[in-house]
Order: sequence, then C-alpha cells, then structure tokens
Amino acid sequence: MAHEATMSPLAHADDHHGEHHESPNVFGFWLYLMTDCVLFGSIFAAFAVLRNQFAGGPSGKELFDLTNVGIETAILLFSSITYGFASLNALAKNKKMVLLWLAVTFVLGVSFVGLELNEFSSMIAEGNGPDRSAFLSAFFTLVGTHGLHVTCGLIWMVVLMVQMMGPQDLSERMMNKLACLSLFWHFLDIVWICVFSFVYLAGVM
Amino acid sequence: MLGKLSLSAIPLDVPILVGTFIGVAVIGLAVLGAVTYYGKWGYLWRDWLTTVDHKRLAVMYIILAIVMLFRGFADAIMMRTQLALAYKGNPGYLPPHHYDQIFSAHGTIMIFFMAMAFMTGLMNLVVPLQIGARDVAFPFLNSLSFYMTLVGALLINISLFIGEFAQCGWLVYPPLSEMQFSPGVGVDYYIWAVQISGVGTLLTGVNFFTTIVKMRAPGMGWMQMPVFTWTAFCTTVLIMVSFPVLTVTLALLSLDRYLGMHFFTNDAGGNVMLYLSMIWTWGHPEVYILVIPAFGVFSEVTATFSQKPLFGYKTMVYATCSIMVLSFVVWVHHFFTMGAGANVNTFFGIMTMIIAVPTGVKIFNWLFTMYKGRVEFTAPMHWTLGFMITFSIGGMTGVMLAMPAADWILHNSLFLIAHFHNVIIGGVYFGYIAGMGFWFPKAFGFKLNEAWGKRAFWCWFVGFYLAFIPLYVLGLEGMTRRMNHYDNPDWYPWMLVAEVGAIVIALGIVCQLTQLYVSIRDRNLPENLDLTGDPWNGRTLEWSISSPPPAYNFAVIPDIHGLDTFHTEKQLGLKAHGKPLAPIHMPKNTSAGVFIGLFSFILGFASIWYIWWLAAIGLIGIVATMILRSANRDVDYYVPVSEIEHNEEVYSRRIAAAQAAE
Repeated sequence: MAHEATMSPLAHADDHHGEHHESPNVFGFWLYLMTDCVLFGSIFAAFAVLRNQFAGGPSGKELFDLTNVGIETAILLFSSITYGFASLNALAKNKKMVLLWLAVTFVLGVSFVGLELNEFSSMIAEGNGPDRSAFLSAFFTLVGTHGLHVTCGLIWMVVLMVQMMGPQDLSERMMNKLACLSLFWHFLDIVWICVFSFVYLAGVM
Repeated sequence: MLGKLSLSAIPLDVPILVGTFIGVAVIGLAVLGAVTYYGKWGYLWRDWLTTVDHKRLAVMYIILAIVMLFRGFADAIMMRTQLALAYKGNPGYLPPHHYDQIFSAHGTIMIFFMAMAFMTGLMNLVVPLQIGARDVAFPFLNSLSFYMTLVGALLINISLFIGEFAQCGWLVYPPLSEMQFSPGVGVDYYIWAVQISGVGTLLTGVNFFTTIVKMRAPGMGWMQMPVFTWTAFCTTVLIMVSFPVLTVTLALLSLDRYLGMHFFTNDAGGNVMLYLSMIWTWGHPEVYILVIPAFGVFSEVTATFSQKPLFGYKTMVYATCSIMVLSFVVWVHHFFTMGAGANVNTFFGIMTMIIAVPTGVKIFNWLFTMYKGRVEFTAPMHWTLGFMITFSIGGMTGVMLAMPAADWILHNSLFLIAHFHNVIIGGVYFGYIAGMGFWFPKAFGFKLNEAWGKRAFWCWFVGFYLAFIPLYVLGLEGMTRRMNHYDNPDWYPWMLVAEVGAIVIALGIVCQLTQLYVSIRDRNLPENLDLTGDPWNGRTLEWSISSPPPAYNFAVIPDIHGLDTFHTEKQLGLKAHGKPLAPIHMPKNTSAGVFIGLFSFILGFASIWYIWWLAAIGLIGIVATMILRSANRDVDYYVPVSEIEHNEEVYSRRIAAAQAAE
C-alpha cells in the first residue's frame, strides 16, 4: 500500500517526542472493523426483530444442540490464543514458529467452519432451512455471515503464510498485515461470543 | 448456460430506448474512435485509468457525475413531459411499466451516481491539498473506490438496454420489490449497482477519515482545519456508520429474492417495517453525507469572496458536528404514517425540528461573513446566494413535514417531492457547482467562464422555482407522487408550469456545457490563466501551490501556525519556508483497481442474470487480483530533488510572469 509514501508529517512530529505511532494501515483497519461492527449490529437488530417469528416452524429450543455449539465456541476461542502465540513469535522474529502457530490456528478455524456447515446441512436436511421461517432466515444469515468472515480470514491466513515464506519474510509490511489479521481474528471471536449468547443461549433458555 | 438472459431481454419494441441506444452507441464509438485516431490509449491508461493521484481521480469522479446528471435529468424531463400530457383522455407517451422504471432510475442515479460521485470528487480534489498532504492515506484503495462507483453506474445504465430497471421507487420498498411482485431483473440491477458502489463509498469513508486524522501538516490541530475539511471529516464519519446498514438491508432483500428467505415478505413471519427502519437508518444520514460537504463549499466560497475570515468558525464546526449526530435520531420521520405510535412520532418530530437550529446557525454565519465584506459577485458566489434563499425555504417546508400531524396529510404527496428537491437541488447541487467553479482553476490551471456560469445559475435558479413551487401547491391539493395519469382539471395548469420549469433548467444545463466549452477554448487567454495558483486571493493551503499542482502536491510540507495560515503569511508578506528539498516518496500507479472493477462488473452482471459460472469467475478474479496486489512489492518510487527543483523553478517563473503582467 506504500503507506510510507504518504506518511503523515504529524507522525514525524510525533517521533521527535519519542511517542509511539502505528502505521496508517492498522489505524485504517481498525476503522474498517468498526464498520464491520455496525454491519453485524444491523444483522443482530434484524435477528432481534424476527427471533420469535417461527411461522409454525421449529424454535431455537427444538433446533439448537448446545454441546455442538459449545465445542465450536471452545475451538474458536482457542484459535485466538494460538494466533496470539503466532503474534508473539512474529515480534521475536521467529518465522518457523509463526508459521507453525498460524497452521494450528488455521486447522482450528477450518474445524469451526466444518462444524458450522455440518449443523447447517443437518438443519436443512430436516426441512428447517433459511426459507422455512423469518426466524430461521435471520438465524442462518447472522451465523452464516460470521462463518463467511471466518472463511475469509482463513483464506487471508493462507495467503500470508505463503507470502511469508517468499521474499516478504517478516518485513515491516508483513508485520502490519499480521497485525491486521490478528485484529480481524479477535474481532470475530467477540462477535461469536455475542452470537453464542444472544442466539444460542437465549434461544434455548 | 446464460441463466435468464436471452435476446428477448433487449427491449427492441420500445422506440425511445432503441433511439437512446443508438445515440449512446454513436457517441461511445466516436469517443473510442477519437482516442484511437489520436493514439491516446497509452496516455489514457498510464496517466488516468491506472492513476492513484487523488487530483486525477477527482476529475474522473466529477466527469462521471456530470454524465450521470445528464442521464438523471433526461429521466426528470421525461416525467415532467408525461405529466404535462397525461391529463384526462390523453394517456401520455410513457406506459406505466416504463414510467415506473424512469422515476426509480431518476432517484437512484441522482443520489448514488450524480451526487455521491460529485461529493467524492470534490473531497478527493480538495481535502489532501487543504491539510498539506501529498496524497490520501491509501492511494490504491482510492482508485479502487472510483472503479466500484463506476461499475455501479455502468450496471444501472446497462439496465436501459438489457432487461429492465426496478419499478418500485428509488429505495425499492418491499413487499413490492420481493420476487412475488417484481419477478424481473429490475430490482436485481438496483441491488447490485448500489451494493458495488456502496463498497466503494465505504472505502472512501475509511480512507479520508484516516487521511484527515493522520496526515495533517505539522501544527494543524483540529481547530486549525479548514471548514471544508471539517465537513468532509463529518461526512466520512456518517459514511462509516451508515453505509454498512445499507449493505445489510440490501443483502437481506437479496437473500429474500435469491434464496427465498423471509426477512421482508408478507408471509412466514417477514416484517416490512423492519426494512423501512433499516433503510432509513442509512437513508437519513445519507442526505447529510451529501449536504454537509456542500456546507463546507459555501463556507470557503463565502469567506474567500467576501474577503473576510469566516464568521464564527468554531460555531460552524460545532453546528456541523451537531448535525452529524442528530442525523442518526430522525429516521422515523420518513414513515410517520407507519403507526409507530404517538410518543415515538413525537420524539422523532421534535428531533427533526431541532436539526433546523444548527442549520440556522450556519445560515447566519454565512450572512455575517458577508456583512461589511467586499463581496465579489462571481459565479460561485451566485450559487451560494441562491442556495441561502432556496435552502432556507426548503428547510422551512421540512420543519412543516416534521410535524407528524401535518405529515399525516402531506406524506407521499408532491409536497414532499417539492421539499426534498428544494433542499437537494438548492443545497447539494448548488453547492457542488459552486465548488466546481471555485476549485476548477486549481485542477486545470485556468478559470471557468464567468458569464456563462452566471447564465447557468439564473436558468437553474428560475427554473427550479418554476418547476417545484407548483409541486408544493399540487401536494396541498392532494396529488400523490409517482402518478402516471390524472383527471383533476385543477392540477393541469400547475403541471404545465412545472414542465416549463424543467425546460428552463435544461437551458441551465446547456449553459453549463457551453461554459465548459468556452472555458476550454479560451483557456490560454491571459485573464483566464491561473499562473499564480491563487486566482481568488484564497485563504487555505490549496492556493499556496501551483495550478495544477505537481503529483506530490507540496515540494515542502508547510508549517501551520493557526487558522488560514496561508492567508496570514500572504498579508504579512512572509515568503514561505526555506526548508531544504528532499526526495519525495510516492506511490506508483496500479492497474489492480481497473481489474477488480472489471471482475466486480462481471460478478454483478452475472448474478443479475443468474449466470452462476460467470459469477464464480468474477468472484475468483476479484480475490486473485487482491492477492496478486498484496504480493506486489514494487509499489512506490522517489521523486528526485532535481525534478522538484525544476518544477519549483517553472512555478516561480509563472508567478514572475503574472506579476509582470500586472
């Protein structure tokens, strides 16, 4: 992105005072995440409006299997810890360990998406797909949007791992990319905690 | 293989469309032929299409906006002509199916592709120059945003010739826009065009917010920022908070249409009121996204041409920020009649009226800026004065509509149409044209013709009142919007007056085109050339550099000591900084934006027509281009000191020539 090209004069001024300043990429990515937060907020709002519109179909109580969701949650939260290990090793410039921990994170992420797809497909197979009722439309859309984000994160992770093995190594640019993906990954965790509480737990209670 | 697409999708039976198609094809081929004949493809590709320079992107945005203005205005005058004819026994010349597409396309195009593109263009041109930056924070994303907007505009215009456009208004309310009632591709064209351009707008918001927060020249604190930059800043905040809601709303509507879900359907628990609330949660901030930068333009224009500092700079900033916040708590006034209950409606009615307070503060600030100033009545100043009168009237009818009881009578009538054209033409459009006249010399190095600019203004000003005051009357007489035919003899004369108004506005547009032609023809006349880079005795940083500025904008980043530092130093006769020159680090041009745009177009078009293999190619193409771009390490270069010195010398000679001419 050649952010250095347009590096803020303010940032240079900050340097004089010995203050820490982050790259505009990371700042911009924070902003993007806030817009993503509004995006999820809108879908949560739609879910809140439609959560009792079963149209004669099943409710959350009949559909949700908390054991399965509990495992999903544990996997996703654990993948945040493993990403944290990757970040620590990146700061220590230990590329092999970064790749290893990213690989572990990747496997956990894929398992999460796999479990979610499994849940979706069994619900659809029983005739409880997203076209069954407004409640199910909102459920599939909210959980599916989160899953789609995780999938994008996984693709991003593979791209970074491949690029890291190439000439980009652990350059400053790569460190910025790792920082952005890290923010993204932890953000998805927070969204998932809301999904878990407001969709699954509240649905079963 | 081709999904829903077949030869019957091309409306060969509608002579108006066939004629338009032939016209567009002839003009298009003539342009392409001219570029080929003069051998300009290489130049076009290297210097414009792949550029990441914010000033060139600005020019492309504004050209797009002007082309879309023609398209949107053609729709407008067709509607007016239909209603001037379609009285009693005469059905007019537009059948309902066609008429409904026209009013839907008119609103969509004017808001998303005329006004938004114009606003983004002005922001691109001015903001980095006003804050003393060499480019925006993410130059590549800036190019990408432009292509997303362009692709949206292309999709919506292709709907003219392949298939159809939506027939359910510019915000495609369900259940009419659901598959059950709109089985054609019209709504899908709407969804994909707006979604793709919306992504571009969101990226612009993030980009300019970062630019303004992170890249101001040293010494420029928040309260030393020029007012236009402040308004751009508030607009980016509104974009970042509201556009994701639009994305979600339209995505849910697409899920209803494509996958048979039930968000907004009549059956299976869907809720139409949810759509209204969500779309206006975006929609109301959207009108402030458009008008707040126009307020910024008026502030710059009024201060410069009154040759005084802006009256009440701080209150202007506070007023802008209050409007920004208040714009999120008024959305229910778009559907008071939905039946949210008396208490809810009262709350939103009062909040709406409160917005008139900060707006009034602004109007008084501009008036006091002019008070005892040496006002120069240039064309941009004409647009500004026209705005103050027109917008105040529009604001007052807005307060009338903000009363739920009155709204109950006036909703969905032509009174409402008159009100929002009153504020959008009188506020947004007048502002952008004032801005274009004001900053045109900065972008091109010569001024726009004043006489034709004033003629354009008078045609627009008079035409506006002729076209829209009758609509207020008609609305009070009970005429509803989106009507294709009527029998009421009281309405007929007013409709004829409105038609005359539309023709006068058409003359205004002709004057604007003539203005462009005459200005380009006479660009080398000494009175038109802008040799000094400061043709208006300006106050802010963009006037401290040559016109047009070099790619890197500032040879040396200026130091800021207060509001309007450039103007203060100019008056004190201070010669700017003797700082040493250093090589300047700049981003390289890239074609990645063009390719992502191309693949987005393929994705959108294929999805509209259910050609899934092609849609997959589009999606894979987008992801692949992004990955290739992120692997590219050759993205920047240094401008050597010798080149900067050379540019600076040319600029000093131009200034000397200008002083000698005086």
